[in-house]
Amino acid sequence: MKGGGFKIYAVVYLIFLYAPIVLLPIFAFNNAAIIAFPLSGFTTKWFAALWGEPALWDAAKNSLIVSVSAAILSTTLGVFAARASTRYNFPGKTGILGMIMLPLVLPEIILAVALLVLLLGIGIPLSLFTVTLGHVLVCTPFSIAILSAAFQSLDKSLEEASYDLGENAVMTFGLVILPLVMPGIISSLLITFTISLDEFIMAFFLAGTESTLPVYIFSQFRFPQAVPVIMALGTILVVLSVTLLSFAEYFRRRGIARTGGKDTGGFL
Amino acid sequence: MAQSGQSSRLLSTEAVNGLKMISPTAIYATLMLAVPLGLIFLYSFLTDGYLTIEYTPTFANYVETWTSPVFEKVLMRSLGVSMAVTAVTVLTAFPMAYYVSFYVEPSKKSIWLFLITIPFWTSYLIRVFLWLVILGYNGVVNSSLMGLGIIDEPITAILYNANSVVITLAHAYAPFAILPIFVALEKIDRSLLEAGRDLGESPFMTFVRVTLPLALPGVISAIMIVFIPVIGDYVTPSLLGGPEGKMVANLVQLQYLKLDNYPMGSATAVSSMAMVAVALIVGYAQAKLFKRVYGALMLSTSAGLAFLSALGAVLISFGACLVAGLVLGGAFFAYVLSVLVGHVVLFVWLQRRETKA
Repeated sequence: MKGGGFKIYAVVYLIFLYAPIVLLPIFAFNNAAIIAFPLSGFTTKWFAALWGEPALWDAAKNSLIVSVSAAILSTTLGVFAARASTRYNFPGKTGILGMIMLPLVLPEIILAVALLVLLLGIGIPLSLFTVTLGHVLVCTPFSIAILSAAFQSLDKSLEEASYDLGENAVMTFGLVILPLVMPGIISSLLITFTISLDEFIMAFFLAGTESTLPVYIFSQFRFPQAVPVIMALGTILVVLSVTLLSFAEYFRRRGIARTGGKDTGGFL
Repeated sequence: MAQSGQSSRLLSTEAVNGLKMISPTAIYATLMLAVPLGLIFLYSFLTDGYLTIEYTPTFANYVETWTSPVFEKVLMRSLGVSMAVTAVTVLTAFPMAYYVSFYVEPSKKSIWLFLITIPFWTSYLIRVFLWLVILGYNGVVNSSLMGLGIIDEPITAILYNANSVVITLAHAYAPFAILPIFVALEKIDRSLLEAGRDLGESPFMTFVRVTLPLALPGVISAIMIVFIPVIGDYVTPSLLGGPEGKMVANLVQLQYLKLDNYPMGSATAVSSMAMVAVALIVGYAQAKLFKRVYGALMLSTSAGLAFLSALGAVLISFGACLVAGLVLGGAFFAYVLSVLVGHVVLFVWLQRRETKA
């Protein structure tokens, strides 16, 4: 068979990639307080225990506020940058885009301490707001990457047709361009939401006394008796993320199909 | 005058519209990224007084950082871990990217890429924690190896040290290495491969002489996109590193949040990033040297001999920098400085020879 050896390798590689995620539900439903083999029976008590953790619900609420805000803000910033980078040529384009995309490669801890120094320097107290500022910084490059694909494949003649028919720039954007890239925008919202929901370092440095879900999870790792409950929480979060990402992928493909582009695959 | 009038009119349309369009995002990135980065650079020259910051510029933080044995040890470990992770991820990612690009049907490519990226987006913290479960004393690896009778006692060398950090990070950054390589492979014109075959090359040599050089830009971005963030990873060394596996991010976190010494923390952060830059310059110059020597000898001798000579040139030039460091006093900073200067000189020399030729 063509590429037989490679296919075996690829499947083994996927198993390696998914190994930790597969273990997660196994331990979430395992009836033992210690996370180790051998397994000792099925239980749903760790999921039931989630209801009795007020700190967790606070963290979940905080995470929801931060992730929704970060998703909306970073996608808005992403729309501007993606539109500018695909439609216009202007001086310093590479440099400006390079700076905006920089958080993609810089270690997050550097971004986090830099923001910490700035915020405390100008006297902004740490809160969920400061976490959101950090998350927008981290999420925007991903949003731009997704949206650029959507804007890239946009046919310029549709826009010109709209001008010829007498619409102004704002109405053209609202009536022609926006509906065409809408699937890309939804995809970006879902992905940036997922990234923000999972982001730990920024929240760890910038949350002050508040806590988001990853910060809560990290603090619970110190207590061995709390870990099975965290496995249950993790299972729910993974199911949620995979669902959101599947929707995002669906919209991303629909967006590219709608604007007539060729799907090169992948988010980046 | 007419010229400038015309160019300003041009500027007033497309360029101005573009700049206007990008300005919200650019302003945000300036305020939240460029300004803060500039600020930690400034802070690294200040002094931490009790509850205040003293605004007299000084190099004291850098002197302390670069003479600290802890910093030296942690930084060298971070570099080592990061290089190992980069090597493992890029080498294992390449066949995967190659498979998806060359063997998977076009209609199924995006589902494969989706499958590859999913683990990357989900619960980073919990994934890292689960490696504790896999690598631990009663973990998956040990129980299955003992169950199969391959080992009698659990292996302890794979937890709470640099090894466990490398395994976990290699797993976490795998998609980051696959995607850029995949993109580069996708761009390769397939008819070039046919041409290689038609001209009598074996499939393997076609791969080495056509596919590999064309995939190189993707490999380079994969190296950058893995190496730089890995060196600053915080979660994995904190959870799996144990006392012997801590990395620079742990040191930065300690100085900022525990010791509350922002100037020292900033100096450590800036120094680590400077070290990343040094490592990239060294890597780039050495790759250039290797390519030059290999390219020059490949035609006159066998490929194996050319490869060994190129490797020798790399080792000799790097060794020479280390000897220079020893002559300069043998301190950590002396080594780093001579390696940096040596490779900048090497790079400039190679560049000038290239332009002459």
